[in-house]
Amino acid sequence: MSTRIQTGGRHLDRSKQVHFNWAGKQLTGYGGDTLASALLANGELLVGRSFKYHRARGLIASGAEEPNALVGLGTGAKFEPNQRATTTELFDGLVAKPQNAWPSLAFDVGAINKMMSRFFPAGFYYKTFIHPRFAWKHLFEPIIRKAAGLGAAPTEKDVDRYEYFYAHVDVLIIGGGIAGLASALAAGQAGASVLLVEQTAHFGGRAVVDGVDIDDEPAEIWVEETLAALREMPNVTIRNRTMGAGVYDHGYATVYERINDHLPEMITDHAPNMDAPRHRLWRVRAGRIVTATGAIERPLSFAGNDIPGVMLAGAVRDYLVNYGASVGDRVVIATNNDDAYRSAIALVEAGLDVPVILDARTTADGELPTLAREIGIRVETGKAISSVKGNKHVTGVGICSQAGEGAELEEIKCDAVAMSGGWSPVVHLWSHCGGKLNWDADQSMFRPDPNRPPLGYDGAGFVHVAGTANGYLDAAGVMEDAIKIGKLAAKETGHKPKATKVPSTFSAPENPIEPIWQMPQGMSRKLQMKTFLDYQNDVKVSDVRLAAQEGYQSVEHTKRYTTLGMATDQGKLSNINGLAILADSLNAEIPAVGTTTFRPPYQPISMGAIAGDARGELFKPIRQSPMHHWIDTNGGFWEPVADWRRPYCFQQNGESVGDAVTREILNTRQNVGLLDASTLGKIIVKGPDAGKFLDMMYTNMMSTLKVGRCRYGLMCTENGFLSDDGVVARIDDETFLCHTTSGGSDRIHAWMEEWLQTEWWDWNVYTANVTEQYAQIAVVGPNARKVLEKIGGMDVSADALPFMAFKDGELGGIKARPYRISFSGELSYEIAVPASQGQAFWDMCMEAGAEFGIQPYGTECLHVMRAEKGFIMIGDETDGTVIPQDLGLSWAVSKKKDDFLGKRAQQRSHMVDPKRWRLVGLKSVEPNEVIPDGAYAIDGTVRDNGVKHMIGRITSSYFSPTLNHAIAMGLVENGPERMGDIIDFPTTDGRVIKAEICDPVFLDPEGTRQNV
Amino acid sequence: MLILTCPNCGIAADETELHADGQAHITRHGAGASDDDLEEYLFMRNNPKGVHFERWRHVYGCGKWFHAARCTMTLEVFGTYPAQTLEPPKDLVAKIKKKRPDWEGFVK
Ligand SMILES: [Zn+2]
Repeated sequence: MSTRIQTGGRHLDRSKQVHFNWAGKQLTGYGGDTLASALLANGELLVGRSFKYHRARGLIASGAEEPNALVGLGTGAKFEPNQRATTTELFDGLVAKPQNAWPSLAFDVGAINKMMSRFFPAGFYYKTFIHPRFAWKHLFEPIIRKAAGLGAAPTEKDVDRYEYFYAHVDVLIIGGGIAGLASALAAGQAGASVLLVEQTAHFGGRAVVDGVDIDDEPAEIWVEETLAALREMPNVTIRNRTMGAGVYDHGYATVYERINDHLPEMITDHAPNMDAPRHRLWRVRAGRIVTATGAIERPLSFAGNDIPGVMLAGAVRDYLVNYGASVGDRVVIATNNDDAYRSAIALVEAGLDVPVILDARTTADGELPTLAREIGIRVETGKAISSVKGNKHVTGVGICSQAGEGAELEEIKCDAVAMSGGWSPVVHLWSHCGGKLNWDADQSMFRPDPNRPPLGYDGAGFVHVAGTANGYLDAAGVMEDAIKIGKLAAKETGHKPKATKVPSTFSAPENPIEPIWQMPQGMSRKLQMKTFLDYQNDVKVSDVRLAAQEGYQSVEHTKRYTTLGMATDQGKLSNINGLAILADSLNAEIPAVGTTTFRPPYQPISMGAIAGDARGELFKPIRQSPMHHWIDTNGGFWEPVADWRRPYCFQQNGESVGDAVTREILNTRQNVGLLDASTLGKIIVKGPDAGKFLDMMYTNMMSTLKVGRCRYGLMCTENGFLSDDGVVARIDDETFLCHTTSGGSDRIHAWMEEWLQTEWWDWNVYTANVTEQYAQIAVVGPNARKVLEKIGGMDVSADALPFMAFKDGELGGIKARPYRISFSGELSYEIAVPASQGQAFWDMCMEAGAEFGIQPYGTECLHVMRAEKGFIMIGDETDGTVIPQDLGLSWAVSKKKDDFLGKRAQQRSHMVDPKRWRLVGLKSVEPNEVIPDGAYAIDGTVRDNGVKHMIGRITSSYFSPTLNHAIAMGLVENGPERMGDIIDFPTTDGRVIKAEICDPVFLDPEGTRQNV
Repeated sequence: MLILTCPNCGIAADETELHADGQAHITRHGAGASDDDLEEYLFMRNNPKGVHFERWRHVYGCGKWFHAARCTMTLEVFGTYPAQTLEPPKDLVAKIKKKRPDWEGFVK
């Protein structure tokens, strides 16, 4: 049984007891523990259930690569699923619960999947998605849905705060082992600005665990001295608990800092006394990036290698040395390399029993194996594990010959197994941005190819790899490489490295590894089905072999078919073993099969860190008109319009939204209404060539517009499709003011600039987007003029200010520019005043208008009134496939101009096809029946593919209180030629609405209401 | 996240400050153009694996359009230059040719 031993534990503070809750049990650990080490110390070997078969799973690893120990951490608004126990530092009051287990860890209903495992082979999902359909819907899906899923989503809003940090450095060094430290020192001494990050709480990496000596002293002393020296350097920044998450183009990197996850006060009251956010996402631009990320140990593939108590040999050593925790009393070692002997020796030195070392190699006579034999450990070469005994925990192992098929020679009682299949350099960050790998056959590992690095903007490589991550497994090699790389990175960023002495570094020499990809060599299919490659996704040796047998050759396809490496650990333990099995199945070399793509982030990072401050009100700033506050406090019912908020209507005395809209329409048509139109885009176009330019931008002729007059204009893309519309006013000979749609101001301004800068750069034209400089207030309705006359000031009579004219003057003492334009068909003035005067002018209108029945109205009233008049709305009647001619707007498309944007495209055969759907009005036969927006018209025939033939669609649809009738606008094939015809609009609930085709101008076609 | 230096304001800008807009040096074919020319203008674009001339705008900066010569495979940036030109500057073309002897040269 796993337990705490009396000695050891570099990170522990045994004087400080820490209480925590696991699966409802109160347990105790020490200061310095991780959740994983504390669980181990408490004999809690079973930490989770696997994803597919719900097999009992224990800790395998001690760090970020752990696939099994995913837990739900915290409660309520602090709850977070899928947290690794191995990277979670223990604190007082920590609450954790296991995942994927129901009703409990020990008794799990989903484990029935395990008994059904022969029904869940590779590609199960793909196979059953196809057939039998009945089985999927009624049998598999309900079971899988209940059992599947990693963890549960939080149910409350995250109460923590997150932020971004931006940093520009010469050299970013990722990894705080001896390689990272040595590189940082070399680069720092050269004068480079350095950011050194280490994902755990502690520096020194494996060297301090593995008994490396530096300058004839334990590595730990050199680590402390080097850290102290680095901290003295003003050009070096050091962060622990900070992980290099991703490397991107041109030296960009994301770095994930966990600031206070380890602090107990965070759990209880969210640390009101602490200013720092929970996590930071550093967005770093580095001249050079050095990845000193070490290596990850590979599991061995033998039957039962997932039973709790089977652990990586390096992790066994980590728990023993760093945390004084043992995985078991009797630990069998299985290995193909010398490094695992370090674990055996450490176990024996701690007073634990190692009954046997099973070394798959035929000889083991290096320094470490010799030492192991000398202290009395039985070493069996050429031997392997035939199977692990036990269910919820290890009870023993069967021994067999590695060369054979697995016939058991002997059974050995034990309660744990330490395995080592060799080490894989952590090349993820090197590979994120395109760094390539070479297969090193001598060391059986992929390592970075320095000749094929990720390239920066200048074409030079910007990532270097140092130390073990670069393929150096001996400490002396690591030290030499790291100093060399640190100096190189400094030199490449314009600094002069200092001549320094490489510290003499010593680790016990190791004999070569022998690649062992399955154990034993000729394992039967029965054993393959118990041999796990991917622990989190339950992918077994048999699955990969089946995939190969079914014709999968690409490693990327095999990954998706079997789900190997697709879990939250991204195959850190499984990928190399899996692709080696695939290569073997295909009779190919490992490098020929290649690796899957490494993608950021290296480890999952919190969603909060990704969002940073961009949430709630800061997610996207809202543009506010000068009258925003008044609208908000006077019943405005907001709707988003581009980045603005506009009132849909103004609710009075608890009336419904629908009632408010009806009231606003009738009041505006009968009395007078007030609209905030400030959101309309306003762009000044100025210069000697302004008219010529606008003639290109608009389909109509703008250069002939007289000063003081307005003209409605259309803008099209070069493809001929309508893109925006609005009223253009000529301010003086060289100055135009172009109104755009509310959503279009930035886009249209950019569009104008694009043409001016990149096509007609020799034309003398300037543009300025003045949208927010003006408040624009529409006074609309039969009493509109009376309101303005009461306010007093400039002459607004029909003679002084006729329809489609504008004038500069003063109203109520405020500088004003009323435009006689109308989007409602009523007598209407749109009055532009300086934004700062907007609210004052609005108040004046409300006050002066009181006796004339003035009421503010919102966007829905505006929409209905414009539909009653048959005016189009960009985004309703247009959708990027509609040309002006479709909408009966040929009158606004100049035939005199030589050219304008979209002119040539509108002459294409399909654009002049008379069968294009064209704009008509539609009146429901049943007056109260509003046709759903977007409904299609059918003619009763059926197409070859069995679909009802469609002849048109609704683009706008409302109930008109003015006409007391449902009205709609739509595009219909041959529509303008079919006035009076009744056509059918089927609805989604199976009914058919009948509507009569009519003129889209439902109200006052002569324009007598507006032209007064 | 690319870095491109805006030739107008001289800032080495992050990609998030910029707006990318595809191939540069496209000839506009407007009124009177043949069907083939119109098709070429509206729809046909180069898709090289290697040297490419692109349109960019320093949209969250000075607002100016500019052109960049970039390798689509390695993301190396050979240079940037103002948009008010019909073809890339000769010295830039020479620089690219020197770095990529196999490059066929600027083709419109
Ligand atoms: Zn700029």
